[in-house]
Amino acid sequence: MKTKLFAENLNISFGAKQVLNNINVNFAENQITALIGPSGCGKSTLLRSFNRMHDLSPDAKIDGRLQLEELDLYSKTVPVTEIRKRIGMVFQKANPFPKSIYENIAYGLKINNLPHDKAVIEKALREAFLWEEVKNDLKMPATRLSGGQQQRLCIARAVALRPEVILMDEPCSALDPVSTLKIEDLITHLKEKYTIVIVTHNMQQAQRIADKTVFMYLGEVKEEGPTAQLFRNPVNEMTANYINGHFG
Amino acid sequence: MKYKARLSLDVVFKYIFKATGFLVLALLGGILAMLIYNSFSFFLDVKPLDFITGMEWNPTGKVPKYGMLPLIISTTIVTFGAMIIAIPLGIGTAAFIAEYASPRLKNILKPTIEMLAAIPSVVIGFLGIVVVSPGIASLADLSNGLNALNGAILLAVMALPTIITVAEDAIHAVPKTYKEASYGVGATKWQTLLNVVIPAAAPGIIAAVMLGVGRAIGETMTVLMATGNASILPSSMFDSVKTMTATIAIEMGEVPYQTTHYFALYAIATVLFIMTLGANLLGEYFINRFRKYHAQ
Repeated sequence: MKTKLFAENLNISFGAKQVLNNINVNFAENQITALIGPSGCGKSTLLRSFNRMHDLSPDAKIDGRLQLEELDLYSKTVPVTEIRKRIGMVFQKANPFPKSIYENIAYGLKINNLPHDKAVIEKALREAFLWEEVKNDLKMPATRLSGGQQQRLCIARAVALRPEVILMDEPCSALDPVSTLKIEDLITHLKEKYTIVIVTHNMQQAQRIADKTVFMYLGEVKEEGPTAQLFRNPVNEMTANYINGHFG
Repeated sequence: MKYKARLSLDVVFKYIFKATGFLVLALLGGILAMLIYNSFSFFLDVKPLDFITGMEWNPTGKVPKYGMLPLIISTTIVTFGAMIIAIPLGIGTAAFIAEYASPRLKNILKPTIEMLAAIPSVVIGFLGIVVVSPGIASLADLSNGLNALNGAILLAVMALPTIITVAEDAIHAVPKTYKEASYGVGATKWQTLLNVVIPAAAPGIIAAVMLGVGRAIGETMTVLMATGNASILPSSMFDSVKTMTATIAIEMGEVPYQTTHYFALYAIATVLFIMTLGANLLGEYFINRFRKYHAQ
């Protein structure tokens, strides 16, 4: 399987606090990789380092290699906006803009000078399984949608830019089980076109959708492998304890 | 017995606080009642419509004229001019402090700007006479620079701290998730500021502007010193103007007690009060909308 995205000898600290410790991890193309581990283990920090969200924190210090195929993500010559266009993100709490449904999708296209006619918007909404529910209300404020719909809108917003990778930071943690299943179904479909990295606290979710699972603890990767194998026969004792709910 | 003493003390304080609260209310009510009562005395002599729309203000002439339109227009153009200068400058500074300035620079800028609000208005007026006015005069080739533009520039300086402080709070309070969403789809800082942050902060920014307007309309000493005080209908920003506040301040000291002229000044004060109240209510309305919006 071709590696799409990887981190090599990655260390991240905020001020004096070391958050990630010599991380080596890779993500295969058109696969779903789940990052699991107890709160504060650095999953989100790792995820956000790929689309350079830490650029917003002045005290973040990042050391190591991060690449999207051949592209060095922290190269001075690559504009960060270009990286974020190629590596989309879906956040923990659905965060549609306080604009209409239509504008929410069109925004990213507009600022990247991409076509944003109705056909493009429709395609993105269809891909996010949202079109049928909103096709008559495109002018409605996005904040009036339900939580699950808002999160699918955020996925549509990411998908509209035709990224290569989509990073998802606990996208279902604020949703009810029905909305969660819908989004999982959607994510499984999306992997045909995109490489997906998802942070989750939900063990069942990781087993349902992920091809590969990475277990992190205290800023280190403790174990990684095909999802079924990692959950059935964890090698590391800590992994076993965590997936069996003994801590975390 | 000790318990009883504590209990009665509790009751006493309840009444003390109640009294202070009502005292303040009574004071405000008293001021308002006095304004309206004296204005009524004026309107027994002069029709309200003639007062508001009259083109000439000359209460000491052979035939006294009580037309306050030149005063209203003076106040309006000075305030309007001040806002044209202060709004872009204020919002720009607020955006810079909230989004671009390093924490160190922010720690210097914010208190400095707040200190600007502490400069007495008479000092600003003084600067207007000795610095800004000669500058305007030489640039525009006028005999003197004591005109509406001079007043507008000084009022802009005085309104800036209010506008910057409130607008900065509004911009700062925009949820980080909005910004992350925008950066996440590849927006630059400027695109995010223009398309996401400022629209989200708009109610707060409008409130900031309205509070600035309220400050500018009510300001007296600076405009009195800096605008020349000619009570004629101004035709441009380079004409000398006499604002409503300056008129009251200048004439109140010389007017005979309880004459029509005396009551006329109360009537001006009432109109002024309504104007500032309007600006402040509008500002409060937008601040409340802004709070509601962020409570979600």
